[in-house]
Amino acid sequence: MQTSEAPNWVPPTLSVGRTAEGRSLVNVIGAWNLRSMESVVHALRQQLADQAQDAQWDLSAITRLDHAGAMMLWRAWGKRRAQHLVMRPEHEGLFAHIQAGPELAVPVKQIERRRRLWAAGRAVVTLGEHIIQVVFLLGRVSLAFLEAVRHPATLPWREISANVYRTGAQALGITALVGFLIGVVLSYLSAQQLKAYGAGIFIINLLGIAVVRELGPVLAAILVAGRSGSAMTAQLGVMRVTEEIDAMSVMGIPYTLRLVLPRIVALAISLPLIVLWTNAIALIGGMVSARYELDISVSYFISELPNAVPVANLWLGLGKGMVFGILIALLACHFGLRIQPNTESLGVGTTNSVVAAITIVIVVDAIFAVLFSGIGVA
Amino acid sequence: MAATTTDCIIEICDLWTQFGEQVVHRDLNLCVHRGEVLSLVGGSGSGKSTLMREMLGLEHPTRGEVFVFGISLANGDPVELRRLRNRWGMLFQEGAMFSALTVFENVALPLRELNTLDDELIHDLVMLKLEMVGIEARHASKMPSSLSGGMVKRVALARALSLEPELLFLDEPTAGLDPDRSESFCTLIATLKRELGLTVVMVTHDLDTIVSISDRVAVLADQKIVALGSVAQVAAVPHPFIANFFQGERGKRAMEGLKSPGKAFSIVNPPAPQEN
Repeated sequence: MQTSEAPNWVPPTLSVGRTAEGRSLVNVIGAWNLRSMESVVHALRQQLADQAQDAQWDLSAITRLDHAGAMMLWRAWGKRRAQHLVMRPEHEGLFAHIQAGPELAVPVKQIERRRRLWAAGRAVVTLGEHIIQVVFLLGRVSLAFLEAVRHPATLPWREISANVYRTGAQALGITALVGFLIGVVLSYLSAQQLKAYGAGIFIINLLGIAVVRELGPVLAAILVAGRSGSAMTAQLGVMRVTEEIDAMSVMGIPYTLRLVLPRIVALAISLPLIVLWTNAIALIGGMVSARYELDISVSYFISELPNAVPVANLWLGLGKGMVFGILIALLACHFGLRIQPNTESLGVGTTNSVVAAITIVIVVDAIFAVLFSGIGVA
Repeated sequence: MAATTTDCIIEICDLWTQFGEQVVHRDLNLCVHRGEVLSLVGGSGSGKSTLMREMLGLEHPTRGEVFVFGISLANGDPVELRRLRNRWGMLFQEGAMFSALTVFENVALPLRELNTLDDELIHDLVMLKLEMVGIEARHASKMPSSLSGGMVKRVALARALSLEPELLFLDEPTAGLDPDRSESFCTLIATLKRELGLTVVMVTHDLDTIVSISDRVAVLADQKIVALGSVAQVAAVPHPFIANFFQGERGKRAMEGLKSPGKAFSIVNPPAPQEN
């Protein structure tokens, strides 16, 4: 096992005998370093504990000694120097070190028994903090935006365009896949029910309203929140950890203008476009399914769609997409900027960001549904 | 298992490192003796850190081999290589503390990973290591993010030492420490070397550190080791980098300390100003 140890390696052992005066004599022999003791530490501790209080200790046959070995012996002596002790001078230093050590106790953190009420109060306060901070961030970004609109040259165009590409163009694949499958499934299941009443033709109304008004925007928003929201939080979080944000502030570059604004503007542009794309693909999926299940031809589906679904629904869906985009980016940036410089905070922050974004998207969607209940319904 | 002489704790044989077309090391050979403190110096971009990472097995050379404790890092037996990793310690330049763990847990982690030591022994050992590097007990339950840069470095050293390594790698150990701390750091390394027979390989720019603790200095320039020997020997080698490094204003001051040991670092008895 100890192949790479020195050739004269001897395992750590105790040899017990008697001195001339009849006291017990403990000879400590061999390599008393962590590596040698590692596998036999329990046995050694037991042997050490069995020795008499007033034993004579002879450490001169120790071949190797390190802090772990010295500490084992030290503990066997009851955390003080043994009364009768012989050792080689070069080992004195190790014991002197341990002896000189101050109180060796970690201050134990008091674990408070938090009462439920206290915890609930704490949660409410935290929620309040989040809301206030988000409102502040929104205010600062709005001011930066108004300022930038007056001087368009200061707008970070390149960042905006890069973010549109990242959050929009690169999300086309996944949103198309999910949209298509949802369209097929929705159409297929509805067709089963409609067929039973001979009302197959209403598949166009059903699918059109559901996808354009509701499913398209919400589906796209949830996918983008998971995909781009988490990325934004992690990006800003790492920039916080590596003090890049502080560096920008010191240089007099407002990070709301450089980092937060481009992300919000980009998502406000790209999410409605993604919504449009998801709508189209989901409807194609629905059409394909309707073609095979209900024998409704694709051309008939397309020509009937404008009659069944008033165009107001499309505008409502796109408007929702824009609002969702702004909210997702705002929350992602908010959580990103709150991250503390450690890995755990980064993980928690990213998770919270995605969960909060998806929740808020659904809540706002419900508000939209109530506010615009009279619009776009034939 | 070992095809090398026992005297070399690290042996580097005909090592080449290439990043694309750029050759960093060309036919480099080096032997680190057991029980010595070897300083690796060189200009920025000369591949000091890369060489150290290759000694640690974090990067692999393009050609050639590195043997540590006689075991080849590239072709060694995996079980032996795992054991080997308990025999060395590394102090990273930025500390590389585990940010989710407290100071105490950071130092205790390698000991706990052994799975044989009891909690009480681990506790005592950790506190001893922290005390050695000058961290007070009240800081033990803090998180690394709430420590100053110098303290992070000292805790990182305590962690590097927690497994009682035979071989210690230091990357810029005194960068970011105040002069007083640098000085006690050098004393600590010297004590450990004496008490535990530690072998130390360090990359540093700090001449005072080089002069006060290194037994040998290896100068890395022109893709190879251009000089290897004691500080005085190396300083005498005619090479543009060495001339710049050791014969500059700072170099002269540090070398002055070498000639009259104990004086240049003493505050009570400062060295006489140079006449010229």
